[in-house]
Amino acid sequence: MIPLTHYLIFANFLFVIGIFGALVRRNIIGILIALELILNAVNVNFVAFSQNTSPDPATGQIFAFFVIAIAAAEATVGLAIVLALFRVRKTILTDEIHLLKW
Amino acid sequence: MTSYAYLIPVFPLLGFIINIFFGKFLKRGAAWVSILSSLASCALGLPAAYEVAKTGQIFSAHAEWLTLGRSTLSFGYLLDPLAATLLFVVTIIGTLIQIYSAGYMQDDPRFSRFFAYVSLFMSAMLTLVIADNYALFFMSWEVMGLCSYLLIGFWFEKNSAANAGLKAFLTTRVGDVGFFLGILTLFTATGNLNFTELESSVHAAGATPALALAALLIFCGTIGKSAQFPLHVWLPDAMEGPTPVSALIHAATMVAAGVYLVARSFALFSAFPSVMQVVVLIGTLTAFMAAFIALSATDIKKVLAYSTISQLGYMVTALGLGSLSAGTFHLMTHAYFKALLFLGAGSVIHGTHSQDIREMGGLLKKMPHTAWTFIIASLAIAGVPPLSGFWSKDEILLAAFDSGNKIVFFLLLVIAFMTAFYMFRLVFLTFFGTLRNHKIHPHESPATMTGPLWILALGAILVGLPGSPFFGHWFSNFIHGPVTQGTHEIHGSGAVHHALNWFVVGCSVAAGLGGILLAAVFYLGKLNPSVWVMRTFKPLYDLSIHKLWFDEIYSVLLVRPFLKLGQWLFIFDQKAVDGLVNAAGTGTVKSSNLQGWIDKHIVDGLVNLVGVVTQLTSATVRRVQTGLVQHYLLITFVSVILLMYFHVKP
Repeated sequence: MIPLTHYLIFANFLFVIGIFGALVRRNIIGILIALELILNAVNVNFVAFSQNTSPDPATGQIFAFFVIAIAAAEATVGLAIVLALFRVRKTILTDEIHLLKW
Repeated sequence: MTSYAYLIPVFPLLGFIINIFFGKFLKRGAAWVSILSSLASCALGLPAAYEVAKTGQIFSAHAEWLTLGRSTLSFGYLLDPLAATLLFVVTIIGTLIQIYSAGYMQDDPRFSRFFAYVSLFMSAMLTLVIADNYALFFMSWEVMGLCSYLLIGFWFEKNSAANAGLKAFLTTRVGDVGFFLGILTLFTATGNLNFTELESSVHAAGATPALALAALLIFCGTIGKSAQFPLHVWLPDAMEGPTPVSALIHAATMVAAGVYLVARSFALFSAFPSVMQVVVLIGTLTAFMAAFIALSATDIKKVLAYSTISQLGYMVTALGLGSLSAGTFHLMTHAYFKALLFLGAGSVIHGTHSQDIREMGGLLKKMPHTAWTFIIASLAIAGVPPLSGFWSKDEILLAAFDSGNKIVFFLLLVIAFMTAFYMFRLVFLTFFGTLRNHKIHPHESPATMTGPLWILALGAILVGLPGSPFFGHWFSNFIHGPVTQGTHEIHGSGAVHHALNWFVVGCSVAAGLGGILLAAVFYLGKLNPSVWVMRTFKPLYDLSIHKLWFDEIYSVLLVRPFLKLGQWLFIFDQKAVDGLVNAAGTGTVKSSNLQGWIDKHIVDGLVNLVGVVTQLTSATVRRVQTGLVQHYLLITFVSVILLMYFHVKP
């Protein structure tokens, strides 16, 4: 049986990589992928805690399913926005897109 | 007929309304409107007066007007012998004078307005006559004052006429204020203003000082309106008005209203012997003084004006002596012959265009109708039997004789003598001898003027008869009958006399004839003692011709100080009051300037400061909003980390 700590460390790495990617990447597609990493890190945490600490392991697993579903929806919406944006601005680089400025 | 008595003043009022609004379109018809309205009043008033005379009853009706506390003011009419007498006088003389005026005023540009005023006057006078309480009496009294003012100043282009109107109005106002205060005092003391209940309420209240004061104050009204000393000065000046007005208002009717007031308030006056003495004093003094001034007057109307004052003094004296019937009787006879005298004078003025008797003379042949009627009236006023003036004057002298007051009796005799003298001085200078100013071309007046003269002359002869012994002193019985039923006798002379006192009759006739004789000696004969008299009694003559210096004294004592005060107040007004107003204005401008500066610089500055500060702050703060998604993400992430650090810290 793999101890909880290992899962946590793994999830931690995954999360940090995701954050790093989201903060650093210029390409929006990259940022979306990084966000998926963050969500999956959370999923790992859910499952791990559910297995090790919860009296009913199903709780965490159901949460994980919800997160996966929402992640899918989020990716869809995000990609749709990216497509729309690209059609207008001909770019998907974040430092060139600062429409939400003052 | 008597139940319609309230309509008597309504007709002239209608005449007034028609003439004042439509007079311009009516032109000459204005006279018809007024005359017809007066005739309508005659048609209602004379039968009503006859009804009273026949039955000896009192007719009255009244409606409630307003309630003051416990007492009620009403207005209504009262037809008693007194009112009937006045009704008889006012309606007939008023109508005749209006007919006369139609001729006298025919060329006047304000023809219709004249008749409008006269109609208003008639309405007020008739209201006054039949009024049954002091409030209504006072209101019509004031309207008459207004008409008097308007008609004296009718030819207001003449400065003297305008001033005379003002003088009359202001002088009578002094008396009217007293009268009004008197009414108020009476009302407070007895709570009653009705004439019919006056006697009982005075009896109920007893002879209190308040009532005596009320009587004295009410007498002030008489002093003002009937031109008694010391407020007589307005009446001679009132002669500036058209002559028919002088005849109607300032001789026959309105000025007699003061006497009527005393007669109306007789129950009140007779309760106070001391007040009665004041009345006698004022009356005698006025009668004597006015007769004295009339001796030297040269203006035909001024002589008549002073004669009027003198005769009014006679009436007041009679009332003061307690003889209601004598005073009222003289009022009635005097109204006829004095109206006749004035209309005669008007006819003379109309025919000669002069008012100065020194210029006239020998008019008897040129103006026979005027002259003969004038002589009849003069005989009547001089007290020659059997004309009307004799009977009424004799009644007054008899009352004075019976009162035991020898001084008053003697003075009245002297006045009768003087009256006869100055009247016949006037007659002889005007109608006898030869014309002194040959620029005058006298001509007789038209029939509209001489007709009324003859009717009035008939009146001047006949109206004395009801009071004469031939008719058993019917008049005094009539007056005393219902009014003083069950009253106490006053000085023992208020009662009805049925015997002639031959001594008094003798004295009276002697005084009258003596005066005429003396005037004849002075002004008819070849020897002319008047110049000699003038020189010998120069101080007296000066006194007379300067009207006892009354106008001058009033001018120094009252008019000039008031004018001075007025000027002072004007200066004060200009300097102090206007200064204050201007200072307030400038002060406001200054302070609002200051306020404007504060508003602009301090208040607006604060508001702008708030704006500037907001702008500056927002300019700095908005730099945070870069629009770069990753910045936001970073900030969110760091914030979450920090929050977790502070919250999840073990």
